Amino acid sequence: MDLYEYQGKELFKRVGIPVSEGRRADSPQDARAAAQELGGQLVVKAQVLTGGRGKAGGVKLAEGADDVEQKAKDILGLDINGHVVRRLWIERASDIEREYYLSITLDRGAKKPLFMFTTQGGVEIEQIAEERPEALVRLHVDPSEGFQPWVARRLIYGGGVTDPSEQKQITSIVEKLYRAFVEFDAVLCEINPLIVTPDGTVKALDSKFTVDDNALFRHPDVAEMRDTAAADPIEAFAREKGVTYVKLDGSVGIIGNGAGLAMSTVDVVAHVGGRPANFCDLGGGGSAEGVVDALEVITRDPQVKSIFFNIFGGITRGDEVARGILEALDRLDMSKYPIVVRLDGTNAEEGRRLLAEAGNPNIHPEATMLDGARRAVELAA
Amino acid sequence: MAIVVDNDTRLVVQGLTGSEGRFHGLRNRAYGTNLVAGVTPGKGGQDVDGVPVFDTVADAVDKAGANTSLIFVPARFAGDAMYEAIDAGIETVICITEHVPVHDMLGIYTYFRPKGVTMVGPNCPGVLSPGKANVGIIPAEIFSEGVVGLVSRSGTLTYQIGHELTQLGLGNSTIVGIGGDPIVGSSFIDILEKFEADPETELIVLVGEIGGDEEEKAAQYIGEHMTTPVLAYIAGFSAPPGKAMGHAGAIISGSSGTAVAKKEALEAKGIEVGATPTEVAQLVAKRLK
Repeated sequence: MDLYEYQGKELFKRVGIPVSEGRRADSPQDARAAAQELGGQLVVKAQVLTGGRGKAGGVKLAEGADDVEQKAKDILGLDINGHVVRRLWIERASDIEREYYLSITLDRGAKKPLFMFTTQGGVEIEQIAEERPEALVRLHVDPSEGFQPWVARRLIYGGGVTDPSEQKQITSIVEKLYRAFVEFDAVLCEINPLIVTPDGTVKALDSKFTVDDNALFRHPDVAEMRDTAAADPIEAFAREKGVTYVKLDGSVGIIGNGAGLAMSTVDVVAHVGGRPANFCDLGGGGSAEGVVDALEVITRDPQVKSIFFNIFGGITRGDEVARGILEALDRLDMSKYPIVVRLDGTNAEEGRRLLAEAGNPNIHPEATMLDGARRAVELAA
Repeated sequence: MAIVVDNDTRLVVQGLTGSEGRFHGLRNRAYGTNLVAGVTPGKGGQDVDGVPVFDTVADAVDKAGANTSLIFVPARFAGDAMYEAIDAGIETVICITEHVPVHDMLGIYTYFRPKGVTMVGPNCPGVLSPGKANVGIIPAEIFSEGVVGLVSRSGTLTYQIGHELTQLGLGNSTIVGIGGDPIVGSSFIDILEKFEADPETELIVLVGEIGGDEEEKAAQYIGEHMTTPVLAYIAGFSAPPGKAMGHAGAIISGSSGTAVAKKEALEAKGIEVGATPTEVAQLVAKRLK
């Protein structure tokens, strides 16, 4: 789960990483009130879960209530890489002497947390890694050892930070960032830029924070930060229904059981010349109710022209899936969708019999994954 | 021969008294797996269809001689269960549980590796050595005994490929589902190494998917260390970046972890990659002729 800048900063604040004071604003009126409370020179920042907002005009300096309100009007509703701005963060402007970069991520290859630090901050880290790899200090932390001060020393000496006060402040921030990473079950905590002000104060000017979805049960307060309205509306609906769904951009709706088979089904549909509309994994269980939910989700996409069920029963039972399909045909308006069904594995014969007995002309049984994909593509044309 | 589980497996199921644990534990026993114990804290002294239940894994090891553990406990307790199994001296730990927090796995991985324990999963379907033992949720009836080793990050996709092989009259030495999470106990390389040492395995099918770089590392390893031929399949060519495709680990981050990159890395080492599960099975049949 990705957090907005202001949410990440809230977590930074909790562990003691210095950030600028600010207020959230969802409307120009909110922004005006925030300006009156905070006073002085402010920055109006679009809150979007994507990069490149500066270039897109999503970050503006402003002073005074009228100016802040006007800038808020300009930014709200802006489309930044397909993300419409609906929230703002208004914070005190900072004078910047230098910009650094500090992050900790989960390096799945090494199976260890990885710190990255450079004094060449303010640009995309991928760019630094490519153009000036020697300027980027990378350091793994042994999870059984945890954070030790030497880790911070390696980063600051390696990065060439020489000012003693800066060294001290950054050491403390590195330790606190590690704590945030562990305490909040993060997979990414990034400060870019980490700034030094003219008076020598080091603080986080931005935040990128991603929390492990599987650990949200330990952090109900973080789980509540999810902005359900920001997701694609069909994906949000799927989440509500407990359906694993990713929207793609084609016309063949796809339902498989298990992530790997569902992914492979999407590929095979593309391989035989079709355009997959979505990825949808019924999961291991695959109850009739789950099938109805999945169909309800994928038919919310107006581009869907045909539907392909590719089921290989293990724990999932073919008869249960067939019952779900028949129930969905009863309960939902499915008349415009040809449904291609390929059932194999546990109780597949029983499932095929149930579908055959129903005699619905919209149901097209196929014997193999490949034939099913071809048929679904034909029917979507 | 086979790998990970075989006739010497003495299985304890952690969570045997739960509905999943009971269903699959007894199913594994019906297949012929030597199920010697169950563990559920507070239910020691009970039995599940004649299988003794203990309060701790240590008891299951001491009193029933368990050497392999199958974990079916809910995600928030799975870390504890894995540590308990490792510390009780279990040699092979197989964790089926899905949604285990990645920070839990970070700690467990660092802890168990130096101990020489074999760990498979979490978020995996388990391990099946046809004709010998089934530990997990793989529907054994799809597979038959044979010479093809199968290692995969996915469950149902493995069944699909196994089914295609069976239809061509080909069987398997062992099927290992290593799991779909970002951090799992055994990597492709760990399992490939075991297959390479297994005289019964004449050919290996590696089933990968988007996310991470384990397939790329496996390609390198195969090129440098293996004589047993390997064929591959990769899922997720149509996956968009930044979206987890069902598995927590199946995600393209930026430009890394794509199916194309994996396919190219494998092909660069002379490993054929089938375009569909059907084609992979056909390639296997062609190779074994």
